Amino acid sequence: MDVTPPKRSRPRIDRFAVFWASPSLVWQVAFFVAPLVVLVWMTFWRVKNFKLEQDFIPDNWIRIFSSGFFYDAFLYTFWMALVAAVLITLIAFPAAYALAFIASPRTRTLAIVALITPFFTSYLVRIYSWQIILAEKGIINGVLGLAGISPVNIIGTSTATMVGYVTLALPLVLLIQLFSLSMVDKRLVEAAYNLGCGPLKTVFKVVVPSARVGLVIGGTFAFLFAFGDYVSPLFLGGSKPPTLSILITDQVKSGNNWPRAAVVAVVMVITLMATLTVMSAVAYRRRGGAR
Amino acid sequence: MNAATVRWILMGYVLLVFLFILAPILTLVAFSFNVDRFPALPWGGFSLAWYEAVFADETVSTGFRNTMIVAVTTAVVATFIGFATAYVDYRYQFTGKRAYLALASLPPTVPVVILGIANLSFMAAIGLSGTLTAVILGHVVIAAPYAMALIRIRLADLDPAIEPAAWNLGATPWATMGQVIVPFCKPAILSSLAITAAVSFDEFMIAWFVSGIHETLPVRILAMLQGQVSPRINAVGSLVFLVTVALVVVAQIAVFSWRRKRPLAGGGDG
Repeated sequence: MDVTPPKRSRPRIDRFAVFWASPSLVWQVAFFVAPLVVLVWMTFWRVKNFKLEQDFIPDNWIRIFSSGFFYDAFLYTFWMALVAAVLITLIAFPAAYALAFIASPRTRTLAIVALITPFFTSYLVRIYSWQIILAEKGIINGVLGLAGISPVNIIGTSTATMVGYVTLALPLVLLIQLFSLSMVDKRLVEAAYNLGCGPLKTVFKVVVPSARVGLVIGGTFAFLFAFGDYVSPLFLGGSKPPTLSILITDQVKSGNNWPRAAVVAVVMVITLMATLTVMSAVAYRRRGGAR
Repeated sequence: MNAATVRWILMGYVLLVFLFILAPILTLVAFSFNVDRFPALPWGGFSLAWYEAVFADETVSTGFRNTMIVAVTTAVVATFIGFATAYVDYRYQFTGKRAYLALASLPPTVPVVILGIANLSFMAAIGLSGTLTAVILGHVVIAAPYAMALIRIRLADLDPAIEPAAWNLGATPWATMGQVIVPFCKPAILSSLAITAAVSFDEFMIAWFVSGIHETLPVRILAMLQGQVSPRINAVGSLVFLVTVALVVVAQIAVFSWRRKRPLAGGGDG
């Protein structure tokens, strides 16, 4: 990258290098990998007289996989996360497009600040606030009432859960899309226009394919967030029907059955890993067909 | 439809999207000052009663103290780990580097509910269940990747030849680290301290699973949410929101201060 000679004079592995390389390795192995290993291990333990005992039995797996509520919860969670991924991608795209190609640099900077801030702030509290807005006697119904329209029932439905998912993931998805759209070669867009390609056709034939990686990564994050979220399905969806994360917390907090909760958690991890693998294949796949 | 109309429609749409993002925050703050017991329209009148109730609530002040202890410790440890990892990525090439970096950046992609139950059993196994230490250990895991990302972005602006130049002039690696790398990374370190503190300040799932009786503030809020609807939640939520926004804004100011000075970067300590 630069003209200076590579620094071969230093030995590659020395105490200095080890000092800086080990903290992350040690910490993440000890407090990220190890807990996950214990989690998998614990799925084979038994609960006897409300006490946890180390064991190696498949009972928890059999129990979970033979219960109908688990499949219902799995399918519901997966379906909701899928819908959230598509919906949030669609909601974000026109806004990301406008911010990348139309907005002034100043507006764009302001928008980026306004998107980073909610990502790091009080998701829990914002969901509570949606509860106030969507409640039976909440703000939306208050406004509808003033207009003489009969109240709508949103809280406690999947729609309310979806509002929460959008709240959770929209800022990040928008940021990722905005980033990947600003990487799109503007000359390509102009060339398409000059060659007589209409605006909509340009968007779908030039902009979307160029920003594909960002669109897929954004959608994948939306799926990831929605799939694992606990707060929205509980406080907005009223846990009707329960999602996998609600199953986990119920098993732990009221059922006191950690091993079964661990089974559900491991299934979630496997599902997410499979999704990540498939989606990264989609994102980085060579574009085949006619060019 | 001409191009100008399309532009206006699109920018109007952007405004709507941001309204959606801001709506819960505005509602939250507005109803924290509403005198009515149940948050609903029409507006009942201005009151500070809910804030007084929150400040008088001992569980809230204890929760706040616990959260501060956890957030500050997490910020310092996570920023150190993030800095170390970013530096290793910047300076060294080695086999397994991809796996090393993947491990260092993966934790935020795992749902916190899973980290929560994993930590629950793990902390019980090593005898730390129900302690603030357990919360800190878990929070550093998810916060360190953000620190790494921020500091790595800053290091990308530092000419990789500067360090070897100092070595060749006889400076030890430690001296170069202290006199070149760390001062150069200062704004990123500051912003990473703020962001990691914000991540920890907001995290409620791991904390809920492992903190036991030592509730942090978000865990207290979660407990309040499971109880009755009360504007006290708005009040405490507004306060939490204020703290995290302040942290994130500090972080962003630090980042923008160095992005603006960017043309100088690579030419020494700009």
